[in-house]
Amino acid sequence: MYLTRSPLTLSTLIDEVASADRGGIVSFLGTVRDHHGGREVRALSYSAYDPMAESVSAEIVAEAAARWPVRIALQHRLGDLEIGDVAVAIAVAGGHRDEAFAACRYVIEELKRRVPIWKKETYSDGTVEWVDQGAANSEGRRGTATQ
Amino acid sequence: MSAEASSPSVIRVQLFASYAERLGQHVIELPADGVRTAGDVLDRVRALPSGAAIGASTLVAVNLRHAPRDTPVKAGDEIAIMPPLAGG
Repeated sequence: MYLTRSPLTLSTLIDEVASADRGGIVSFLGTVRDHHGGREVRALSYSAYDPMAESVSAEIVAEAAARWPVRIALQHRLGDLEIGDVAVAIAVAGGHRDEAFAACRYVIEELKRRVPIWKKETYSDGTVEWVDQGAANSEGRRGTATQ
Repeated sequence: MSAEASSPSVIRVQLFASYAERLGQHVIELPADGVRTAGDVLDRVRALPSGAAIGASTLVAVNLRHAPRDTPVKAGDEIAIMPPLAGG
């Protein structure tokens, strides 16, 4: 399972991928920022299209493991998170650092591009917004105008 | 998800995140008549009240895979209409 509602612990992921023949371990943590678009963020909530997020995550991990000789652990947290909480954690272990860095970068970039997860931010003034909302508004108008 | 719950002439569409909120529902059932592609599904959903919220960057998934607009669809497929992603 790549999705979890529990706090993420990097050491658990590292333990999953580490072994005596893998001399390079690269990790990435994505944490909750306290600002977005010039506004102060107080908290946020992640939700997903769970079955698709699981299967696309598995695909991405398999692609990276096919391309580089590495082992990969990936988890994304869902639900309510606070500032500084870890939202996504990746650990990649390879024989050497080059493939571990490359595979880790691939996994986070593809996750952001392809895994169906969304976030809703609560700002310090109490307003709550989906992060996609600005884009959806402007593109919605453009989309309907061209049809 | 529950293809057997839908009649053969109905296309069942899941909405997510801001789209579910704007349209006020997580699942929409559309008459399958004349719906051949993912793009047709998108057009039908956009024609609903508040459907204008569904923008040009909208993603469609068919059976858990990202689907270009010309992907064929049929009743019983698991179809999702998704706003731009924001994971990570």
